[in-house]
Amino acid sequence: MTPLTSQTLIEVLYLIASILFILSLKWLSSPSTARHGVLAGEIGMVIAIGGTLLRHGIVDYKWIAISLVLGTIVGVPLGMVQMTAVPQRTALSHAFGALCVTLVGTSEFYLRSPDVPRFTMSVLAIEVILGSLTFTGSLMAAGKLQEVLPQRPITYKGQNFVNLALLAVAIAIAAYIVVNPAARTLFPAMIGIPLVFGVLMIIPIGGADMPTVISLLNSYAGLSAAAMGFVLNSKLLIIAGALDGSSGFILSVIMSKAMNRSFTNVLFGAFGQVQPAAAAGQEVRAVRTASAEEAAAILSAANKVVVVPGYGMAVAQAQHKVRELYDALTKRGVEVRFAIHPVAGRMPGHMNVLLAEADIPYDALVEMDDINGDFPQTDVALVVGANDVTNPAARTDPGSPIYGMPILDVDKARTVMVIKRSMSPGFAGIDNPLYYMDRTLMLFGDAKGFVNNIVREFSGNHG
Amino acid sequence: MGSNLIDALFIFMLAAFIGFEVIRRVSPLLHTPLMSLTNALDAIAVVGAIVVVGERRSTFSTVLGTIAIVAATSNVVGGFLITDRMLKMFKSSRPGKEGAPSSGSKA
Repeated sequence: MTPLTSQTLIEVLYLIASILFILSLKWLSSPSTARHGVLAGEIGMVIAIGGTLLRHGIVDYKWIAISLVLGTIVGVPLGMVQMTAVPQRTALSHAFGALCVTLVGTSEFYLRSPDVPRFTMSVLAIEVILGSLTFTGSLMAAGKLQEVLPQRPITYKGQNFVNLALLAVAIAIAAYIVVNPAARTLFPAMIGIPLVFGVLMIIPIGGADMPTVISLLNSYAGLSAAAMGFVLNSKLLIIAGALDGSSGFILSVIMSKAMNRSFTNVLFGAFGQVQPAAAAGQEVRAVRTASAEEAAAILSAANKVVVVPGYGMAVAQAQHKVRELYDALTKRGVEVRFAIHPVAGRMPGHMNVLLAEADIPYDALVEMDDINGDFPQTDVALVVGANDVTNPAARTDPGSPIYGMPILDVDKARTVMVIKRSMSPGFAGIDNPLYYMDRTLMLFGDAKGFVNNIVREFSGNHG
Repeated sequence: MGSNLIDALFIFMLAAFIGFEVIRRVSPLLHTPLMSLTNALDAIAVVGAIVVVGERRSTFSTVLGTIAIVAATSNVVGGFLITDRMLKMFKSSRPGKEGAPSSGSKA
């Protein structure tokens, strides 16, 4: 084949891959077609990689083959992780994606410098700056989610100033290199500073903000790949990067809306610094408690039960016990549904995946806006490891740090039961008035153990 | 070069709009698989890395490119694998909609 026809063939293959990528995301809109979407994506990927290997300029296949095999060896275990580890796996994969983009950008720069047109150099700068800050930022996020790093936000005076100053320096260097693409010695600084910035950016971020931050990092990873597409003049890369970038952006918007906060507030306004003092004076307020036996009796007398899962359920790995409870209640004719807050857990959709893993049918999982109107007709709302997303202070107390955040209106149910380890305030250190209501019963204990005890009460009554 | 740039910007703009419209319709139920799937698709950056390595232009670029292929390939493989594992778990309570039970399971 002449170089020209093979070039056309490759472009056609890339076109087909682009179509498959778009279909892949389109099919993901419904659970019934979603798996076709994965297949379409896989075929598109194989076609794109295959097409690339046909390229006229490619002379060395040895290292390509070795690295494809190595990548597969690394990728398979990353695809087989436990469902509870999906948030950190996702953060890690953002880091890998960003690493690839940064390395390719670096190699392009040193191959082409000093003959880099200004526009190419500008997008190359965007590519490596976004890529390197996403790389270290995502590694930090993964570390926090895996709890090898402290989950609490770490803040110090002048933190935002330091971070923004660093970013400004990186952009200034980038601008200089755009004008003087021969300045090869400055290039490492253009990578090094964003690498440091990525670490510093995540230090003040707490666990509860992770859904927004992971989505933002997802968006950055996509945009850096699109920038790489501009540098390499690859339409396929531009399309895939734009799709990923817009997906991450949409998710970030949904997540920050669900927390009633702006991106700037999530990134620059670390939560949970001043609240401990506010929470202190209220420890003495009385709560009502109940045993597993009493809880089981109330649940079996109910007609409608809504379970509200949160990150605590994931930590306690309680989803399978929750499923047993779901089965026991459903068998008795109780209608059980699950109320899913958009930011429950550590990444978008986290609770849905855990409950689906436990074989709970997805039509029992109801989004916040669809279930909030039903709480007044709900006999029992059972909160398993969720806290801030059920806090009525978000509706009623303008002084609360989470005032204005949309919440699940659990407090409107006839009876509220909260499974909780102790009365210590939640992640953000915000006291939850829900716990002191007359219709609220506190079930103290480990989520998995307590649900198990309730389930055992049911099977005991059967026998 | 000039027209290439404009073409590229057009493509980016159109793809971003398609992305917004398509992804807006994804149910919040599937937001986690959405993120892992877009992540796998984004690893198409491997194509750029393959070119860098395959053209064997300098030792430096071959080394960086090789690491880049490993990183991106692990996203491709891991991303598709975990997305499919997650989607397999989503079942409806209405029987029949998920297709017939596999014949192998009863053996």
